[in-house]
Amino acid sequence: MIPELGHFALVLALLLALAQAFFGLVGAHRGRQAWMGIAAPAAAGVFVFVALAFGCLTYAFVTHDFSVQYVASTSNSALPLMYRIAAVWGAHEGSVLLWILILAAWALAVAALSGSLPVAFRARVLGVLGLIGVSFMSFILATSSPFARLVPAAADGADLNPLLQDPAMAAHPPMLYMGYVGTSVAFAFAVAALLSGRLDAGWARWTRPWTNAAWVCLTLGITLGSWWAYYVLGWGGWWFWDSVENASFMPWLVTTALIHSLAVTEKRGLYKSWTLLLAIFAFSLSLLGTFLVRSGVLVSVHAFASDPSRGMFILALLLFFIVGSLTLYAVRAPTLKSEAGFAIVSRESFLLANNALLVAAAGLILLGTLWPLFMDAFNLGKISVGPPYFNSVFLVPTLPLVALLGIGMHASWKRAQLAGVRSRLLLLAGAALVLALVLAYAGYRAGSLMTIVGFTAGLFVMGSALLEPVARLRAHQSLSRAVLGMAIAHFGVGLFVVGVTGVQSYRIEKDVGLAPGESVGVAGYDFRFLGTQPAVGPNWQGVEARIAITRAGAPVRELSTQKRVYRVQQNPTTQAGIAVGWNRDLFVALGEDLGAGKWSVRIQYKPLIRFIWLGAILMALGGGLAALDRRYRARRAATEPAAVPAGASERI
Amino acid sequence: MRRAALGLFAALALVSLGAHAIDSGQAFADPVRQGRYERLIHELRCVQCQNVTIADSNVGLAADLRRQIREMIGAGQSDEQIRRFMTERYGDFVLYDPPLRPRTYFLWAAPALLLALAVGIVGRAAVRRSRKPLGEDPDESLADREKPV
Amino acid sequence: MWRYFLPAALFLALGLVLGYTLTRIDRGKLDVREIQSPLLGKTAPAFRLPSLADPSQTVDSHSLAGRAYVFNVWGTWCGGCREEHAALVAIARQSGVPIVGLDWKDDRALALEWLQQLGNPYLTVASDPEGRVAIDWGVYGAPETFLVSASGRVLAKHIGPLSEQVWQQKFVPQLGAAAAGAGAGS
Repeated sequence: MIPELGHFALVLALLLALAQAFFGLVGAHRGRQAWMGIAAPAAAGVFVFVALAFGCLTYAFVTHDFSVQYVASTSNSALPLMYRIAAVWGAHEGSVLLWILILAAWALAVAALSGSLPVAFRARVLGVLGLIGVSFMSFILATSSPFARLVPAAADGADLNPLLQDPAMAAHPPMLYMGYVGTSVAFAFAVAALLSGRLDAGWARWTRPWTNAAWVCLTLGITLGSWWAYYVLGWGGWWFWDSVENASFMPWLVTTALIHSLAVTEKRGLYKSWTLLLAIFAFSLSLLGTFLVRSGVLVSVHAFASDPSRGMFILALLLFFIVGSLTLYAVRAPTLKSEAGFAIVSRESFLLANNALLVAAAGLILLGTLWPLFMDAFNLGKISVGPPYFNSVFLVPTLPLVALLGIGMHASWKRAQLAGVRSRLLLLAGAALVLALVLAYAGYRAGSLMTIVGFTAGLFVMGSALLEPVARLRAHQSLSRAVLGMAIAHFGVGLFVVGVTGVQSYRIEKDVGLAPGESVGVAGYDFRFLGTQPAVGPNWQGVEARIAITRAGAPVRELSTQKRVYRVQQNPTTQAGIAVGWNRDLFVALGEDLGAGKWSVRIQYKPLIRFIWLGAILMALGGGLAALDRRYRARRAATEPAAVPAGASERI
Repeated sequence: MRRAALGLFAALALVSLGAHAIDSGQAFADPVRQGRYERLIHELRCVQCQNVTIADSNVGLAADLRRQIREMIGAGQSDEQIRRFMTERYGDFVLYDPPLRPRTYFLWAAPALLLALAVGIVGRAAVRRSRKPLGEDPDESLADREKPV
Repeated sequence: MWRYFLPAALFLALGLVLGYTLTRIDRGKLDVREIQSPLLGKTAPAFRLPSLADPSQTVDSHSLAGRAYVFNVWGTWCGGCREEHAALVAIARQSGVPIVGLDWKDDRALALEWLQQLGNPYLTVASDPEGRVAIDWGVYGAPETFLVSASGRVLAKHIGPLSEQVWQQKFVPQLGAAAAGAGAGS
């Protein structure tokens, strides 16, 4: 009964989304106020019914309804409540429903918070969002309904993949989808501008906070995934350049370029067509990622169960939206050129370099991810492109990017007056180099060229990011959220670079066989294996080992690590024990039983690894703060009266 | 039917990624050799698994290949010889660092090409823009807020 | 003016390539997980292993020279091997081509019991508990089956359970060449 209700609600949502799309887009095209007015309420209705459908699916999971095919394949009677809910998005069908729910939520937010937008423009934005909703809802109803029944009902479910039975993993897809779907909002704003044929700086001002919010979600989503992989998978890695990871990283890079390009468009009315193109690219990569992960063309541990017919449907959607919007771009963009200029050294040129390098980086990752696929498709052989390639190649655009970042932050618009800040920057660079050398040689007793370069670049950016806020505070000037946010975000970038450099340069990994009482020394710490005992959980059983860590005789931590076998899927998983410190992590993971009480253990020393996620969180924090800048609010009071006069309908 | 069979065989042959690799062999006393070993096992793909290195996989094949590499290093073989040993048996697919062949020239040239393209575009645009008049800002009220101190 | 259409054109091209790839996967002509064996057309790896039936005896690849044979890698832990076993027994009886088994990383007692219960299609079975010979043959997932010509060249390989249909499609066409010792001059 309830699943059928959910299915019905989804159909209703589809119809409402059709209305949202039709009345929004056609209404704006024909200038019919009454039609345009339907878009926002329709969006609200879509949200209500999609939420209802999602609620019905969640209910089926919570009540162990194994007559629903999706529940039977993803859940189990012994699965704890929290993971039963997380299982809703644990596989393909449910995760697409989550995607649709988040899209409906974003559309509702746009409908509710964009009262100051001109009516036609708003209608178009909602119309495009409605169109995207229609496509995804059709997709799910036609090929991947989570409400399909299983007859006869299963006695019990196949259980959620044990790797997903973890809090961070439960939170990672919703956060990531918030980001992915957020790119569709920027896309909608871009297409709305293209449809109307005009774009002024007001457009950039409206688009920026939404794009920033999407970027923040994407940053947090990727960070959650990386952190989870580190502490759950047991091999202590935080990024593998897996196709699915790349599928999320590419939109992130392009969205980063977009938020910077929007700054130029807002301030100086430049790069209009380029910004539109970036907004389309960000969403395209988002859709492309969805395609790659669900179609079965790529081999990845992340990939959902694949089905070529689903792949074809998504590909058709992809081509419709992307080729369609890019064609619209090709037709309209030539009219958007602006004639303003800027000096060769200026904020504009630094941001242009930022964009070019970020897009180049995204292009490299796209190439590396798709090359094996191309070769295989055309029978040119099978190759693998993995971390060795990406790790070396990725530095080519990013090293210049980080270097320019430290300087570009201080360039002013139109013509950079770097003379004023030059001496401070040189001093900072020198200090960064010295600090890098001290860190490398005094801290870790070794340092290759790349290590010194990495530390110097990271520290330089960190210091450079603080220059302006500190100067403003000293001059008792106001510090807007935008400026503070930017400083925090860039500081986070520097911190991230320092963290990555530290881990890549100085990490130590040791696999040893230990009997109870035996110990091994790694990086000055002594790891003593205390022994194992059985361990039991709600839906698993296994073995737990305890390891005592001391340093120069003084106790540091006692860690426990487990090897679990989940009862239903019978897959062994490992829970690592991690001793977290601000400057290093100590990581132990239990391996195989070698017999006679001896076990193999993997011990890792990870210096500065926390800086990686802390840096990323700071980036997200800074971006979020900038999105909340008062000028986006204050404007509403100023433009509301302007929206009323007839002249306002001339603006987009 | 065959597809289902392959799926079954794959499911049984594959081990969950959650179970990670642990070497129970002795580490090399010589740090150079140990370093070579660690680098090589992170460069080779576990062919039986879903995209993971033989360092991080604990399926039987990965353990066997790690043992093979350890023995070959111990016998004095070079990194190149070890890689060739692997590709002769498993093809280029087993290398995560794609070998430089005519088919991968573009892949390896791409970073330099893209960087050159980026520099070219930025340079050209910057020069062109520098010749135009600076022009008015659409929104001068933002000037004070954004001007760096 | 036309350069503005470049992004659309590029994306369309990408979409078409992806669509082409999907179609090939759908039709079974492309398996992203299957690796083409680099051994095809080359000399089969030599091996010398204890026999499963009697460990004091050895199974030596040199003793197989001069006649074509099928090389089948299996293990009792492998579900697909159990699935293909009946087909193997039938093929052994009908085709007359000797089948040499490689018992990969297996327990001897279990293997012997298995052959007794399910039938023994093999001329002889070599025991490879350490997996060294399997590595030489580029084996990565049992069951795998090779066709070796009389002159010792690998002519065909199938990954996955063997069936009557696969036998007919992949191996039978090569049997003539195998017997004639094809590949000797190539």
